[in-house]
Amino acid sequence: MVIYGLPEEEYFTVGHRACAGCGEAIAVRLLTKAAGKNTILVDSTGCMEVISTPYPETSWKLPWIHGAFENNSSIGTGVSAALKMQGKDDTKVVVFGGDGATYDIGMGCISGVFERGDNITYVCTDNEAYMNTGIQRSGATPLGASTTTSPDGKQSIGKQQWKKDMMHILAAHGSPYLAQASIGYLPDAYQKLKKAMETPGPTFVNLICTCVPGWRTDPAQTITVAKLGVETGVTPVYEIIKGKHTVTRPRDVDKLKPVEEYLKLQGRFKHILKPENKTQLDLIQKQVKENLALLLEYESKGL
Amino acid sequence: MKEIAEASHAISEAVKMAKPAVIAAYPITPQTHIVERLSEMVANGEFKTEYINSDSEFAAISSCLGSSAAGVRSYTATSSQGLALMNEILYIVSGMRLPICMTVANRALSAPINIWNDHQDTMSVRDCGWIQMFAETAQECFDLTLMQFKISEDKRVLTPSMVCIDGFTLTHVYEPLHVPKQEAVDDFLPGYTPQHAVLDPDYPMTLGAIGFPSHYMEIRYTQNKAILDSLNVIKEVYQDFSKRFPVEIKNTRPEEYNHVERYRTDDAETILISLGSVCGTIKDVVDELRAKGEKVGLLKLITYRPFPKESIVKTLKNAKNVAVVEKAFSPGLGGVLYNEVATLLYENQLKPKMRDFIVGLGGKDVTLNHIREIVKNTKEDKGPVEQWMF
Repeated sequence: MVIYGLPEEEYFTVGHRACAGCGEAIAVRLLTKAAGKNTILVDSTGCMEVISTPYPETSWKLPWIHGAFENNSSIGTGVSAALKMQGKDDTKVVVFGGDGATYDIGMGCISGVFERGDNITYVCTDNEAYMNTGIQRSGATPLGASTTTSPDGKQSIGKQQWKKDMMHILAAHGSPYLAQASIGYLPDAYQKLKKAMETPGPTFVNLICTCVPGWRTDPAQTITVAKLGVETGVTPVYEIIKGKHTVTRPRDVDKLKPVEEYLKLQGRFKHILKPENKTQLDLIQKQVKENLALLLEYESKGL
Repeated sequence: MKEIAEASHAISEAVKMAKPAVIAAYPITPQTHIVERLSEMVANGEFKTEYINSDSEFAAISSCLGSSAAGVRSYTATSSQGLALMNEILYIVSGMRLPICMTVANRALSAPINIWNDHQDTMSVRDCGWIQMFAETAQECFDLTLMQFKISEDKRVLTPSMVCIDGFTLTHVYEPLHVPKQEAVDDFLPGYTPQHAVLDPDYPMTLGAIGFPSHYMEIRYTQNKAILDSLNVIKEVYQDFSKRFPVEIKNTRPEEYNHVERYRTDDAETILISLGSVCGTIKDVVDELRAKGEKVGLLKLITYRPFPKESIVKTLKNAKNVAVVEKAFSPGLGGVLYNEVATLLYENQLKPKMRDFIVGLGGKDVTLNHIREIVKNTKEDKGPVEQWMF
């Protein structure tokens, strides 16, 4: 499939073993297009490594390396240092991993990379839980989502905590470019990835992607669901460039689609829409509006 | 050039002369003098390398994984808890056949927390698929560090290596050291040309793929074969090095490096086996007892992994009494080295009287009297098989 305006070259080839409708496969395909040929990819353990490299086969037409779950960013540091010594300053190092690798187990290493100012772009393919091991909650799982380790039940509404704010944790490190993007808006995500990769220093893109078995969505609705995440304001797409916020969309808190429209397409939130859980739904709706309002306020104040 | 140097600085000097393009490290006592000196050298422009101030030992070894895979000579150093924190990645590095070189300043493992010397740290990673070599003196620290690069990077080997040096009793001790000229080192260890797949956009390769049951065991088999076969390469490098760099300062290293150093073992009835700096103390007692006519000798292991079975059997063949003197144990089993040596002797139908002595844990002094008692108990078949020398 050719997407208008995006390079036609494919570096993540067909024949990999991802689920039908896999949002993360779309995300990595897009990031390779943004990166281009002169790139070294560093992946963490997770679905993407499993579905794309069953030895002796591979889906990667770019140099690709995987070490462990939590050390992709540190491997990236080493690759970047080696390239510097080899005088290959033009070669990009793009490190990617899921939200488990990024928000939880690999976070210390990522902090080290951003503190030192290593020259890498880190892309989190964020599908909001440990999908490869069977849909367990992570620090990126949103409040109320039912996972296998935060199931809803008589005494539980699903995950009890709000999603960790990785964007602002990394913003506090002083990164020159951070963005949240969504596979619901591919050309926009492409532009954000490209900007991140063209900005020297440690840069970050949190790329939200639907997971069919994890979110319990219709494989045909992968893009629709991701789009609704943006339109309802649950996962707004925005940038923090040298500390200053720019919200791409949505831009009006009062014109947001209600969160139910996003939640109702996903089995993981089914219980939240039951009448007895109306308080939780209202809480989520309120928080979504407040979060977006805060981002827009930062932007308007030049922060 | 002859000088008096701290063993840690001997290592730093050797690393500088080996010219790694990337060094990634995290400070931990008693490894610090090595990386501090390296940082100083980089700061003063004494050599060009990318020095990564890692945020943990785990990150340090991971960055070496990345730089080595990108095709450059890579080095790190650690100790004890730091080595334990690296554990997961140690297996990955050797499985990916990346020739990373590391120094381990041997130190006890917690708990109780203890910064002093023993060998529990490196013995606990003996199964990680790394080559392990133990040094007794500052000169050996220097020499083995240069040699480890040559060994690990050999295309027949492609296996990471660690040179193990005793924390404090060696890292912080000043000894005579001979440093050869850079040109001679360059001849011995030329600039790095990777012999493995590297990350290169012009020739994209997939490194670190998933191995299903159809391939995993086969890949592990080849890895095991490589480390077993490396015994020959290591010997080759020992011989080459010994010839190129003859002894300049007496008694600071063996005349000719070998997997084991045989100290007065030829006609010995009682042979002690040990590793590292305690061998110096043992040699003193061997000399003392020899002067009294006792047929005692020392088998010092320099190569520990791969386990130099032939060299050990050859040395112990005629021994009546064998004592393993070691600074590590497997709780619930006993001495690590003892169990390995006992298995080896059984395989070769040798049945000397054997004793296992656990010494020097957490920096406890190992005295001449300890060694005298060890010899006595072994010769006289006295006390239990496993004895802790407090």
